[in-house]
Amino acid sequence: MSRTPMSAADVAEVFSTAFGDGIESIDVKEWAEGSRKVKNHAIWIRLRRDLLKEAVRRLVEIDYPHLGVVSGVDMGEYIDLQYHLAIFFGIPDAEIMVTLTVALPKGDLAVPTISDIIPGAVYTEREKQEMLGITVTGIPDTRGLFLPADFPKGVYPWRKDETGIRDDMVRELWTVGRPEGRPAPPVKPKEKKKKEEDAAAAAAPAAPQQPAGAPEPEAAPSETEVTKDE
Amino acid sequence: MSEEAKKGYSVPIGPIHPALKEPILFTFQMNGEKVEKVDFAPGKAHRGIEWMGMRRNPVQIVHLTDRICGICGVSHTLAFSRAVEQVAEIEVPERAHYVRTIIAEYERIQSHLLWAGVAAHELGFDTLFYLAWRVREESLDVIEYLTGNRVNYGIVQVGGVRRDITADQFPRIEASLSYYEDLFGKMLTLFLEDTTIKMRSRNTGVMNQQEALELCAIGPTARASGLNMDVRQDSPYAAYGDVDVRAVMPEQYLGEARGDVYDRIVVRLLEVKQSIDIVRQCMDQMPAGEVTAEPKIPKLLALCKKAEGEAVGRVEAPRGECLHYVRMDGHEQPLAWKVKASTYSNQMSWLKILQGEQLADIPIIVASIDPCMSCTDRVTVLRDGRRDVLTKEELHRLSVEKTRRLQS
Repeated sequence: MSRTPMSAADVAEVFSTAFGDGIESIDVKEWAEGSRKVKNHAIWIRLRRDLLKEAVRRLVEIDYPHLGVVSGVDMGEYIDLQYHLAIFFGIPDAEIMVTLTVALPKGDLAVPTISDIIPGAVYTEREKQEMLGITVTGIPDTRGLFLPADFPKGVYPWRKDETGIRDDMVRELWTVGRPEGRPAPPVKPKEKKKKEEDAAAAAAPAAPQQPAGAPEPEAAPSETEVTKDE
Repeated sequence: MSEEAKKGYSVPIGPIHPALKEPILFTFQMNGEKVEKVDFAPGKAHRGIEWMGMRRNPVQIVHLTDRICGICGVSHTLAFSRAVEQVAEIEVPERAHYVRTIIAEYERIQSHLLWAGVAAHELGFDTLFYLAWRVREESLDVIEYLTGNRVNYGIVQVGGVRRDITADQFPRIEASLSYYEDLFGKMLTLFLEDTTIKMRSRNTGVMNQQEALELCAIGPTARASGLNMDVRQDSPYAAYGDVDVRAVMPEQYLGEARGDVYDRIVVRLLEVKQSIDIVRQCMDQMPAGEVTAEPKIPKLLALCKKAEGEAVGRVEAPRGECLHYVRMDGHEQPLAWKVKASTYSNQMSWLKILQGEQLADIPIIVASIDPCMSCTDRVTVLRDGRRDVLTKEELHRLSVEKTRRLQS
């Protein structure tokens, strides 16, 4: 396949002419690190939800993109989805990260799947469904991905409203404390060391001698043992 | 009943994979020895790290990212720090970029050698496994010497690094580099010219360039399929823009890319050599100066707290692109944080590369994308209603037997 690299500004131009009003904002950003300050290029495009698929198709026409991941943010009134795509990788100094952002209002959390254009997208779309509670229409695989099977329905970990993780689901490690009500360990209790026994025996006749009036034979062996130890 | 027999049987593998970040349950639809269809279910150990991060400040998250993966710890810290630095517009001192690069390359060396050992073990070549893991120790020793830790290095901080690499440490680094250089030819011969390894890995688990592209494969897995992509080359970060980095492709060694397990071995081994060169160049060019933009943590936090905006931090981890997305809105904790680890992108490749392969090849093919480490713990085979449990040892034995069969 022949790929002719374009500058980030040109790619941005293609999008703004193709979609006109459908694009809410378009930013071309640069970032450079190291001594030579080789530039990394990025285009951040915020567009209308219904144009998402068309935008991805347009990107495929420019260069078949690598989909890094789809990330999502709960913004309160709406949920932002970001599609992080890279084009022109492999060509020296040509790579551009294109991020397509679409907003889904909380009342209608649906977005079309792009897995018919990029088959590998199913994986990350499945994750968005379970983490954000959105509906990806046309997704070939609707199962969850990361959450356990017994995870409560209708709870979405990345949401910041009432459908997010409830307080009663969170256990802070430092408040958990020692586990209680556990069965006794299946080992014999440790036998007291000889010295401790002696000390206890030596202490016993000294303090509570008066109430019981301890009998002679009990006190006697303890004394002999103490002398043995010495 | 006959319909049942035609359908074959299904083989679940997993979900307990102790070495994986995400233990995985595989379900194979088998027809005789052949894999007809593959399905997998990750998430057996989801820890909710992103949820935790969205309730912590960036400095706390950096230490959390260290613990996302035990092998590529620095990749996650680096990707996250880069994202935050872009949002808060913190300029990292040049020297810190070089320190980051050196540690990242040592991480690549140890990760690839670990993988090479696992691959040899999966093929039943245990002497090679012992050799690979023994020589891997050297890189861990150097990492410990430089950062103080063998895993979870805790070296990267937002705005720089927490420890400098000083000139008096260079001889130790140089000693390890020449150690690996001397070994390199031997490793190449042992892995690539060995008849057994060739027999087992050539034309096994094949994925072509188009499929790699469509399934969003990354890193050595994508490069082995002839897809020229490497974040270090395409969007240079840290000091990679200053040193000569070109994606390692199998055709450089073999003249063509077939996209099989053998090519994945080639790419990873050649990358060890590349890492040695990169570390050397970094030591030569290392500029003097500070290693952090802001040594005082409260000041750094105040900087982050003021920041508003969004950014993506990408890093070429040993297994491929590691991507962190961060959005901040003037609060201490980020509004959003998405971690995309390398295996996340490569898992879809399994669906393709396992199809049509034999049961005995599953361990090496699953391991070939380097999913941290492949531990096929337990396999249950349902055949004619009889239920046998295959342990990892038995599956491993199957693999070893196949090697023996091919050898005789």
